[in-house]
Amino acid sequence: MAPESLGQIFLGATLANNFVLAMFLGLCPFLGVSGKLNTAAPMGAATTFVMLVASLCAYGLNWLVVHFDMEFLRLISYIVIIASAVQLVEMVLKKYSPTLFRALGIYLPLITTNCAVLGVALFQTAREYSFLQALTFALGGGVGFTLALVLMAGVRERLQLSRIPNVVQGTALTLMLAGSLSLIFMGFAGMGAGE
Amino acid sequence: MAIPGQKIPSNIDELLEGLWKQNPVFVMVLGMCPVLAVSVSAVNALSMGLATTFVLVGSTLLVSLLRNVIPREVRIATYILIIATFVTVVDYLIQAISLAVYDALGAFIQLIVVNCIILGRAEAHASKTPPLRTVLNALGMGAGFTIGLLALGSVREILGAGKLFGVTLFGPDFQPWVVMVLPPGGFFVLGAWLLLFNWLKTRKPQAAQPAEGHVHGA
Repeated sequence: MAPESLGQIFLGATLANNFVLAMFLGLCPFLGVSGKLNTAAPMGAATTFVMLVASLCAYGLNWLVVHFDMEFLRLISYIVIIASAVQLVEMVLKKYSPTLFRALGIYLPLITTNCAVLGVALFQTAREYSFLQALTFALGGGVGFTLALVLMAGVRERLQLSRIPNVVQGTALTLMLAGSLSLIFMGFAGMGAGE
Repeated sequence: MAIPGQKIPSNIDELLEGLWKQNPVFVMVLGMCPVLAVSVSAVNALSMGLATTFVLVGSTLLVSLLRNVIPREVRIATYILIIATFVTVVDYLIQAISLAVYDALGAFIQLIVVNCIILGRAEAHASKTPPLRTVLNALGMGAGFTIGLLALGSVREILGAGKLFGVTLFGPDFQPWVVMVLPPGGFFVLGAWLLLFNWLKTRKPQAAQPAEGHVHGA
């Protein structure tokens, strides 16, 4: 069992090893949905929820897979669980908030192929986290993902009002911004060590 | 992609599509997570590119062969299962060939499952194309992806460590540009590459105009 405390795991996943900006997980929705603040935050929340469910299920599945000595099925079973969790979120959102459902559009089913979600499941297995540690890790990862998404959306909303040379428009500019954000988040890297 | 009304591309076109016109990294900007995470050095980039190409070719071939059998409603789930199977194969394969590479790539080998390029190709191309053309197209896409990864990986390794494929390039006085091998460097280098391509694209029409219209100046 990893000797890290729950607080350390949470802060680590949120800031120092932010899923998007330090570990490059979940870049597609990060680049795709970060255009507007009012879609970025719900997208983050939905992803966080899926992460928690996936982490929960992955913990159980991993036990099962190890118990029956069938590690080669781990990856396949994880992806099936995640796909089902996304389907669940989709159905709930469609019922209770059709506007939000439409706003998120294609990016909602794409949570299935969000590497951040599968990343949570894979990393918690690789690091042999206990049940509580795994949940904290998933929550931290989700909060970190939301944070990055919201920050980016804020910057991009501002940028729409300013004049930008044609050459840098589009993904190039977004990537440069992400680089700067990532540089800022690297400042948090020292926090864990001073414990 | 054979869109009705358009002329059907030749086999060569299928192969070349992914290399340049629809390059997954520089044009479509798909599957960015492994691209940025793994491109710290040229060797890592190359192995990741080859692994992804293998999964891409294998899974699209299978999807193409089964394209008339898979029911439409569950096609995405089926594709993902096929892809996950090939990724498991590649995962064990790399582990058997080189443990060093396996450790360097870490979880990103298994994360090939969620690489959007593969699912995108399976859905947009392989599900409606015969096997031979699918394989050619997948090979082209895989090669394009590998080239993109290499372009990123070599720049980052040269600037960040002063090496290429582990060979030291500069004298002892070289100050490594450490930020390039850290996460922000990945974003910056990819941004710079896209910037270059944007610039080339905007330059082309400008260069063509003066030649036709006899405008003075170079």
